[in-house]
Amino acid sequence: MAAAGAAATDLEVVRGKRAALFFAAVAIVLGLPLWWKTTETYRAPLPYSQISGLNALQLRLMVPVTVVFTRDSVPLDDQEKLPFTVVHEREIPLKYKMKIKCRFQKAYRRALDHEEEALSLGSVQEAETMLAEPQEQSEGSLTVYVISEHSPLLPQDMMSYIGPKRTAVMRGIMHREAFNIIGRRIIQVAQAMSLTEDVLAAALADHLPEDKWSSDKRRPLKSSLGYEITFSLLNPDPKSHDVHWDIEGAVQRYVQPFLNALSAAGNFSVDSQILYYAMLGVNPRFDPASSSYYLASHSLPHVINPVESRLGSSAASLYPVLNFLLYVPELAHSPLYIQDKDGAPVATNAFHSPRWGGIMVYNVDPKAYNASKLPVRVEVDMVRVMEVFLAQLRLLFGIAQPQLPPKCLFSGPKSEGLMTWELDRLLWARSVENLATATTTLTSLAQLLGKISNIVIKDDVASEVYRAVAAVQKAAEELASGHLASAFVASQEAVTSSERAFFDPSLLHLLYFPDDQKFAIYIPLFLPMAVPILLSLVKIFLETRKSWKKPEKID
Amino acid sequence: MAAAVRLALIVLLLLGPGGWGHAEPSRDSLREELVITPLPSGDVAATFQFRTRWDSELHREEVSHYRLFPKALGQLISKYSLQELHLSFTQGFWRTRYWGPPFLQAPSGAELWVWFQDTVTDVDKSWKELSNVLSGIFCASLNFIDSTNTVIPTASFKPLGLANGTDHYFLRYAVLPREVVCTENLTPWKKLLPCSSKAGLSVLLKADRLFHTSYHSQAVHIRPVCRNARCTSISWELRQTLSVVFDAFVTGQGKKDWSLFRMFSRTLTEPCPLAAESRVYVDITSSKQDNETLEVNPPPLTTYQDVILGTQKTYAVYDLLDTAVINNSRNLNLQLKWKRPPENGYIHYQPAQDRLQPHLLEMLIQLPANSVTKVSIQFERALLKWTEYTPDPNHGFYVSPSVLSALVPSIVASKPVDWEESPLFNTLFPGSDSSSYFVRLYTEPLLVNLPTPDFSMPYNVICLTCTVVAVCYGSFYNLLTRTFHIEEPSKGGLAKRLANLIRRARGIPPL
Repeated sequence: MAAAGAAATDLEVVRGKRAALFFAAVAIVLGLPLWWKTTETYRAPLPYSQISGLNALQLRLMVPVTVVFTRDSVPLDDQEKLPFTVVHEREIPLKYKMKIKCRFQKAYRRALDHEEEALSLGSVQEAETMLAEPQEQSEGSLTVYVISEHSPLLPQDMMSYIGPKRTAVMRGIMHREAFNIIGRRIIQVAQAMSLTEDVLAAALADHLPEDKWSSDKRRPLKSSLGYEITFSLLNPDPKSHDVHWDIEGAVQRYVQPFLNALSAAGNFSVDSQILYYAMLGVNPRFDPASSSYYLASHSLPHVINPVESRLGSSAASLYPVLNFLLYVPELAHSPLYIQDKDGAPVATNAFHSPRWGGIMVYNVDPKAYNASKLPVRVEVDMVRVMEVFLAQLRLLFGIAQPQLPPKCLFSGPKSEGLMTWELDRLLWARSVENLATATTTLTSLAQLLGKISNIVIKDDVASEVYRAVAAVQKAAEELASGHLASAFVASQEAVTSSERAFFDPSLLHLLYFPDDQKFAIYIPLFLPMAVPILLSLVKIFLETRKSWKKPEKID
Repeated sequence: MAAAVRLALIVLLLLGPGGWGHAEPSRDSLREELVITPLPSGDVAATFQFRTRWDSELHREEVSHYRLFPKALGQLISKYSLQELHLSFTQGFWRTRYWGPPFLQAPSGAELWVWFQDTVTDVDKSWKELSNVLSGIFCASLNFIDSTNTVIPTASFKPLGLANGTDHYFLRYAVLPREVVCTENLTPWKKLLPCSSKAGLSVLLKADRLFHTSYHSQAVHIRPVCRNARCTSISWELRQTLSVVFDAFVTGQGKKDWSLFRMFSRTLTEPCPLAAESRVYVDITSSKQDNETLEVNPPPLTTYQDVILGTQKTYAVYDLLDTAVINNSRNLNLQLKWKRPPENGYIHYQPAQDRLQPHLLEMLIQLPANSVTKVSIQFERALLKWTEYTPDPNHGFYVSPSVLSALVPSIVASKPVDWEESPLFNTLFPGSDSSSYFVRLYTEPLLVNLPTPDFSMPYNVICLTCTVVAVCYGSFYNLLTRTFHIEEPSKGGLAKRLANLIRRARGIPPL
């Protein structure tokens, strides 16, 4: 009876042990994964390795240069060797994580018949128009015509000529090493017309470590899909001045042609407004010597702020705004002049603020006050104003004056105020800047997502990241193969996609979910459930160890 | 004499349009106007209207050159193809019973209704974007407008301006009653004015006075209007309106008199040089009815009479562009005085400031005999901050008792006594004269139930469900893992031994 009872009890004990083990197993095998799965934040997979690979990307900027030799430009036996291709590659030393290499691929060939004909014309401008007619050159490429050493096409003392389109003309040389010498000169000209260190340093100014000259480099507007240009006429004293400006005509005549030429670099919209009673933030000082007022250069930074609140942000688009203000000083403070650092009045009476826009002070002609009573009608001389504003516009877009090689004839810009190769140079710079921006955005997004595990990554965010990575790679490839236009488009897409992913609001949904709240919610359920399981596991473990030790003792 | 005057008038009329014809046709014009109306309750209503008219067809041309019309709103019209836009922000409620009918009606909070052009394909998307942009321009929470609070009225809200079709599919209407209107909404509104707040009537728009009122409503209305009498082309009209009601009676210690300086703490100094018309109208209707009970200072040069909202009204008109109005005294401070003071009374009210000072209302009233006087105050129940609740918040909050101090006429005239001589119980309050005695009464404190949140409800629910689950689980677990065996009673427990002891004592055989 007792044995049977003991056996039954043993059986019960074993069954109890098994049940406890089973509970533990279910909790661990089923419960834990279920809990883990249901409380997990959704994180779509991202190409982390590719993103980190982007940092080590090598940018190869290829500039295809076609070099055309006319009949008498080089010795005859050298001409026999044509056509052939020379590649000149060099690394641009910038303190940036990306390696940037500049590669000039020079394709040498003989001149065709119509090119010979054109280059034998009297003046270089005529030759240029005739050469430009048959084919349109693709963005980023250059053509250099090498003419005979004594050709009358260029003035006697000039060695080379840079045209407004993507062409240059250069004197040849009768020398044994003709190709080498000409090759070096071509590189000089091509650099002036396409890529130089300065251009790239300005483009990457935000990504480079601080330098003492970097504030100057940060003048150009950041790259964007489009830009808004706003001209504002500030009339702080409408009681004395009734100011009229023909802004519509001026925009049509001067600004629009320039923007049409720039249209490859983005969308532009232009508007204008007149603001009354808009004061500058600084009281001008009186200069008794000239009985005029002046704004010292150190006070210029404080001028803009109070005006800016009146300017109003653009309601209709998200593009960055460039402001150009024409300030007609009030009667009590006129004439008003801007002084430079040395205290001399600035000739244009204007200044610009990097990445913001420009301000010009327009003084009313003092003779106007004598004739009539107040308010004086003021007609603004738009030519004078637009000259200043267009020059500022060029600066703010980062179109600087090129560094010309010695003895080089330089044709002035055409009527629209922009040379085609200047646009190319802008596109090079903008493409590189876009790539750098997109890479930085993607890298910091990847870092952020790695650091904070609460962030949800939705599928559309992930697809934007993939698209951005692909676009960066595509842009780099296109740059390396010399297709500037498509590279620029791809780089813009890279920036757009990467920013869209970075600023997606869904990233923030679960960001604030602190640990103490988690514990407060979990403990009332998990503690009473886990304690019995753990206790019985400990008990089973102790008993097993005892039963393991027992046989040893018997032995 | 009369004939001469009439002749002069005709000549003036003839000259008027001619003078306009000589000036170059300006493409936009500004008119500004302020109407001051003393309300029946003794309060004063001021209604500003600024109207910018722009002779330009925003939709057709790529117009982007702005003069008087604000650029921000002009861009909205062309970008979202608006036909009409009406936006109002209102704090308080217009008490029609005490104040009479208003010039401009608006609901409390923010109201936006927009007619889109019939060229818009996706109206809902434009509506959503537009409300977001407007919320940025006016610093308001208009971005909370979504499909849950947008309606498409079919009968009301017809277009106020020119309209070709009235297919209500292009109309959207939304109200946000919770919107609180404050300075940050006024500042962008003021920035839209051509003269900003530097000259003209807009000088009076000082935020800290405008929001110290019992009613504040500002609005923006954009609509297309006819450019000329034959309506061959359209112009755009932007009306910015602002109405405020000053509780002049209460803050002015029971006097109904007012002046511009007392209401706005500013005076008019110069007209806006951009305005084609700049006028102040003061409602002086009651002076005609019962014989000059009020007077305005300076006396008006002209008056204007018309039937407004169903009643005959007379307004004193001040034209700021008329040099005589301002030049005399360098500034214009309109004043209105009531010649016959209404009743003998005194009211002093000091509004509360949250967490700083309580309300104070003092009234000096002469009570007629055998009458009942009721003083009632409306209040709102508000939620306090989390830490400001007392440990027992459901008990309620006390409002301190009100005090009634009175001089009650005495039935028997007492003889004058010497202070030092008379008993102490009679001399705490000094009696002013012997015919009355002083009484101060206190009412009971008021216990108000404020809404109290349930401070721990979510956590309680979590704990309760978790406990129920844990208890079920625990017993289930015990049932399955514990070993149950039947315990054979070997010697018996304490109870049995005790029973045996008693049995032995009684001589009965043990169990």
